[in-house]
Amino acid sequence: MRGLGRIALAAYASVILLPLMLLVFTTMKTTPEFYADPLGLPRRWDFSHYRELFDGQTMWRYFGNSAVVTLSTVALELLLAGMIAYGILRSGRKLGGFMFALFAAGLMVPSQVNMIPIYSLLRKLGWTNSLTGLVLVSAAVLLPLSVFMLSGFMRTLPKEMLEAGAIDGAGEATLLVRIVFPLCAPYLASTAAFLFVIVWNDLLFPMLLVGGKDKLTLPLALLQFRGEFVTDYPMLLTGVVVSTVPMIVLFVFLQRYFISGALAGSLKG
Amino acid sequence: MKPGKRLILFFLPGTVLYLALFVYPTLTGLYYSITDWDGLSPSYRYVGADNYARLAEDIVFRKSFANNLKFMLAVVLVQTAVSLALALQLTKKNKRTVALRALFFVPTVLSSVSVGFIWTFIYDPSLGALNGLLEKLGLGALTQNWLGDMNLAIFSVAAVQAWAHIGQMIVLYVAGLQAIPPELLEAARLDGGTRGQVFRKVTWPLLAPAAAIVVSYTTIQSFKAFDLVFTMTGGGPAYSTEILSTFIYGAAFTNGTFGFASAASVVFLALISLITYLQFRLLRADRVSY
Repeated sequence: MRGLGRIALAAYASVILLPLMLLVFTTMKTTPEFYADPLGLPRRWDFSHYRELFDGQTMWRYFGNSAVVTLSTVALELLLAGMIAYGILRSGRKLGGFMFALFAAGLMVPSQVNMIPIYSLLRKLGWTNSLTGLVLVSAAVLLPLSVFMLSGFMRTLPKEMLEAGAIDGAGEATLLVRIVFPLCAPYLASTAAFLFVIVWNDLLFPMLLVGGKDKLTLPLALLQFRGEFVTDYPMLLTGVVVSTVPMIVLFVFLQRYFISGALAGSLKG
Repeated sequence: MKPGKRLILFFLPGTVLYLALFVYPTLTGLYYSITDWDGLSPSYRYVGADNYARLAEDIVFRKSFANNLKFMLAVVLVQTAVSLALALQLTKKNKRTVALRALFFVPTVLSSVSVGFIWTFIYDPSLGALNGLLEKLGLGALTQNWLGDMNLAIFSVAAVQAWAHIGQMIVLYVAGLQAIPPELLEAARLDGGTRGQVFRKVTWPLLAPAAAIVVSYTTIQSFKAFDLVFTMTGGGPAYSTEILSTFIYGAAFTNGTFGFASAASVVFLALISLITYLQFRLLRADRVSY
């Protein structure tokens, strides 16, 4: 039994590791070398695909777009959802319950259901091909999830802290900024990590809302890449590695928050 | 001021954004579904239930629905079983289990486009690692055109979907397993229970809430999958991997039949709600408390 368990773990570890190693090795091969021996180890470390990818400004541009969209969406999201979750926590059963239900209902509606009208609405407003439009839509679409996560977290805060603050004459805004946000810092970080992954990797809304070459985010750029390189896998996979590295680095350093975020975010079912 | 009134300011900004860019579009989608709008023209006609009647007869839509169920069943089976088997080995807290849990979680942080490309490469019939590995192991007879075979492609994509999310499910199971009081397991073992008995009689009933969450999360997540299918096969070959979400996307943005696509998305929403409701009924029944 023990041994069987170890074998299972080792086997699955290779199911994860081998594809990722293959990915990195492939990007280190010159294209002819790859076609001669697609699965062999690279003969030497060759970074020419990486150089080619960063030749010119476009790749940096895509990075910048993804970073701007992700950071602004997550920041806006934490602020808006934090305020709403705080409101739900502090208001009575009736209003708080209603607001919670209003947002929780959104959890049931997947993006495939409202992508068409969201796209038409943004086109009518003239907000397509604008990163601002993309940020606002992403923030709106993620509100049910973030309100759900943050109110779940805030419910665990000790009520006495808030009451003591209120007796001392602190206004609601002061309570939120001085007491709730600091106490919630680890929860905010978990929520942020969970949202960061979703927004950084999102394909659907960027694909619908931004089309201009200067506005692409990394997943979109990758799709476009495939059009250019068809089966030049080393080049294509270099794009994959480059767009993935920031996420992996963040994950390595902030693992705890990614995992607790995923735990809380998955409980919405 | 009453406390409720002061709090309105906290609700206001987020709620306005939510109503404008989420609730209002969702409702207009319902309205589009009874029109013949093409997505561009300023005018459109009201067509009643025509779009829905066309959907009922649309062969591709029916096929997408069947594929959705196939994909969902395959993913739920693989993802919930594999993650449970692994989680049971990862409950103890030590360096090795923490490292393995982190490793298994890595695919979760990759974008589905990246995951899709990595696996399109692995599945490539002539250059890919999967067929290459089979050849090297002398199992050349098992090589397949993983994404090109009409009967196989949807399961090939389902396997990747599970690969990408098993780590996340392990986290859920491990949290559930760690919440089981160790004294209970200890007591069962002292009473002479075998490993199998302890699992069946103690661990499993107490793990049921976590398992219920994993199953329902996986069901919904795989039912509304889009990115992987879109990047790996685009619904092909010959609609064999077309699922509802790629069908809706294609009907709206490739064919420009917004009204028709909206009707499909309303049906999709109804199906998701139905699944959620059924799960709620089924899974609530066997929750055990301790």
